[in-house]
Amino acid sequence: MSVWTRIAGPADVPYLEGRSVVVAGRRIAAFRLPDGWAATDAACPHEGGPLGDGIVADSCVTCPLHQRRFDLRTGRQIGGDDVVAVHEIEERDGGLWVRLAAPAALENAA
Amino acid sequence: MFSTHGILVIGGGIAGQAVCEAVRTRDTDVPVTLVCGEDHLPYDRVRLGDLLADDGTVDALRLRPDGWYEDAGVTVLTGSRVASLDPDTGTATLESGTVLHYDRVVLCTGSDALVPPLEGSDLDGVEVFRDPADCAAILGAARSARHAAVIGGGLLGLEAAHALAKLGTATTLIHLVDRLMERQLDAPAAKLLTPAIAGLGVDVRLEHATKAVLAGDDGKAAGLAFADGTSLDCDLVVVAVGIRPHVGLARETGLTVERGIVVDDRLVTSHPHVLAVGECAQHRGVVHGIVAPIHDQAQVAADTLLGRAAAYEGSIPTAKLKVMGVDLVTAGAAEGEREVVVADAAAGTYRKLVTSPEGVVLGAVLLGDARGAELLMDAVRVGRVTEDPLALLAEASQATAAELPDTAQVCNCNGVCKGAIVEAIRDGGLGSTQEVVNVTRAGAGCGSCKPVVTELLQIERAGAAEEPAYLCPCRKLTREAVGDLVRERDIVSVSELAGACGAGRDCGACKPGLSYLIEERQAAKFRQERHAKYINDRVHANIQNDGTFSVIPRIRGGVVTADELRRFADVADKYELPMIKITGGQRIDLLGVRKEQLPAVWEDLGMPSGYAYAKAVRTVKTCVGTQFCRFGLGDAITVGIDLEGAMEGLHTPHKVKAAVTGCPRNCAEAYVKDIGLVAIENGWEVYVGGAAGASVRKGDLLTTVETAEEAKRVALAYLQHYREHGEHLERTYHYMERVGLEAVQAVVLDPEQQTGLLERYAIAKAACDPDPWRERYAPVHPNQFSELDSDPEGLDLVALAAAGMEVAR
Repeated sequence: MSVWTRIAGPADVPYLEGRSVVVAGRRIAAFRLPDGWAATDAACPHEGGPLGDGIVADSCVTCPLHQRRFDLRTGRQIGGDDVVAVHEIEERDGGLWVRLAAPAALENAA
Repeated sequence: MFSTHGILVIGGGIAGQAVCEAVRTRDTDVPVTLVCGEDHLPYDRVRLGDLLADDGTVDALRLRPDGWYEDAGVTVLTGSRVASLDPDTGTATLESGTVLHYDRVVLCTGSDALVPPLEGSDLDGVEVFRDPADCAAILGAARSARHAAVIGGGLLGLEAAHALAKLGTATTLIHLVDRLMERQLDAPAAKLLTPAIAGLGVDVRLEHATKAVLAGDDGKAAGLAFADGTSLDCDLVVVAVGIRPHVGLARETGLTVERGIVVDDRLVTSHPHVLAVGECAQHRGVVHGIVAPIHDQAQVAADTLLGRAAAYEGSIPTAKLKVMGVDLVTAGAAEGEREVVVADAAAGTYRKLVTSPEGVVLGAVLLGDARGAELLMDAVRVGRVTEDPLALLAEASQATAAELPDTAQVCNCNGVCKGAIVEAIRDGGLGSTQEVVNVTRAGAGCGSCKPVVTELLQIERAGAAEEPAYLCPCRKLTREAVGDLVRERDIVSVSELAGACGAGRDCGACKPGLSYLIEERQAAKFRQERHAKYINDRVHANIQNDGTFSVIPRIRGGVVTADELRRFADVADKYELPMIKITGGQRIDLLGVRKEQLPAVWEDLGMPSGYAYAKAVRTVKTCVGTQFCRFGLGDAITVGIDLEGAMEGLHTPHKVKAAVTGCPRNCAEAYVKDIGLVAIENGWEVYVGGAAGASVRKGDLLTTVETAEEAKRVALAYLQHYREHGEHLERTYHYMERVGLEAVQAVVLDPEQQTGLLERYAIAKAACDPDPWRERYAPVHPNQFSELDSDPEGLDLVALAAAGMEVAR
């Protein structure tokens, strides 16, 4: 039901950083990891901080506003109960492609 | 069962000490005599590597202080050797001729280094690695040696090679077989260990059978010859291939001796009045060469000595490599019928669990990532049954000390389990790691379990205990430990450090701290990486609650020109900024700037960055001083502008705010700044560690000097001292309370040390970036200031680049 959208070229996101983009009216953040990519909603569920500006480690991002940490694979907050939506992201044909999580999955995740 | 003669323990090593202690915990009255061959009281051989690595003294390795023996009622005879033993009559004759009487005797004679029958092994320059005298000899030789060779790729050989390389001696490690530590590791783990050891600066040569030590013209060792016809030039050879149980006395006494002194499950030898414990003993065909079994044996031996039934059924072999940056823990079998492995070749980590087909845990190998080692060692020790070994591995990597069972052995050197530590903390009301170490002996051996001891203390005391200042809490690495690694391996970037010890890989929160540490240590050699910085330091502006940024340019001493004020006004109009705010640090803040606007705003302002977003020197507030004030005693404005220029651009453990005020009326609030200069009649006072934020604290008077120039020098030396010794995110007011004013004065005011501090300050100052806002001309990445669907605003990059060239020229 959801579609794949090309959001950028792989070189547009620096190593171990994130950048945001609007897909289908929703701002998401794409992260370049040592072994691939991750994508989440751009806004921290706490107070809307820009997760794309956070510090990124191997599989974790820290929100720059209040240092909440989220696992980039599951979207789960580390040491807390918040969840940020995780989207599918792939690098192919020289581009970065994103498919938004289905709303139902979001509700389950939350 | 005892007459009055009691127990004689022969051998003052870990085993002898353990037997004495195990007896005393059961019986405080029975006479105990300990005979030590060496001149030292019992010391910890496990930490012998420390003597090499840190140039320490044997006293530092003492198992117990002098007073313990008197308090415990143990008679100690040091420098005494037993010449002969007659258990039938209950006598022992010392070499001095003295005769000792006993009811039971325990042989804890330990072992010697095994030296293989090599031609030339008796040459000068060939050393073994076994006791403090050996360490002294190796240290002495290493200082002048051109090249050292260590023969033996087991635990002891690896530690010796690491210690030598750390001393700066070119070191080659020679190993007979095709993989290191083949007794503890499987082939894949050994394959990962080799490059890790090479990364310590040790040249590793496997499958090299040493045939002979070659003599040079001076008759001393000059090289090694190998069976394959090759050779190696080296003037120091350290032999660390294994142990040879010390069995001479046992053999002369007529006891049954094979490889070691044969004992039964009660630790009794072939004579009913003689026991043997430790590396000299052979139990069920096995001679244990590591420390943990000694404690198990000592407990059983003490029961046997006191007539209680007990049986020793062998120990599960465990090993921990005590080399910084190379985490390695093994327990039990390294291979078996059912194995699960989690490995990351790129990161150099390997975690393996061996179980029986039914799921009984038989062994574990953890390399590069030893998280959960205590939990897995306990699983091996108790033969925990698991249906899902992979899940157990995963659980272990997340486990905290809270999840360990009470039976889990935390300290393998001294055999202390979690339950005993927790009990000691509760009953004794202990509040610091060192107290727990002293009381329980956990952590008093090799020290590798101290982080767990600290963790238990924190759990039990719920924050009432000391907080260990871990720079990387995920990997439990302190600032000192990381600093040592940076120095030893000449690490210049956060990525290199992550590769060396894993710091910063898990949650990444410590990366800015690691980045600061490397920058401080390496100055111009530091290679910065933006992913290791907060967003503030990636875009050189302070992120606000709505994701926009604040822009504060440098306004030295709070003095601004009319032209600059006009530009502030023009920029605020042009970019429709929602607020202009005068800051507490006498500067001007433009708020509500979007990331994409930053380069253009900086260009239009035409002023350098004020570093108001960084853990760095912020500002120097001033009053008007003698330039205008009727009461001024010093020229606060000139001195303040000068001081700000000297400090600006330097990163610090936390932000540093300063002030220079022209008289003690203190209009510039210098008493409550990290660094404050106060003009007085005929001089200047230098205050440090003041605060007027979340904490309010009047600064400590560091010193009073005659001239502003001297005050500035002291202030800069203090700044450098804080830069070198402050914990990440520790403000100066906490720093002063932790370190103490006198300790700081002793360094900063000492002429020689002050010169050193100022030299290092000058090196750092030369390497720092006075204006990161110039990145508007040359962004580190095309999207440094933009998202994937935005571009930097109102900025002609080509024109700016051209302008940048002009600026640079």
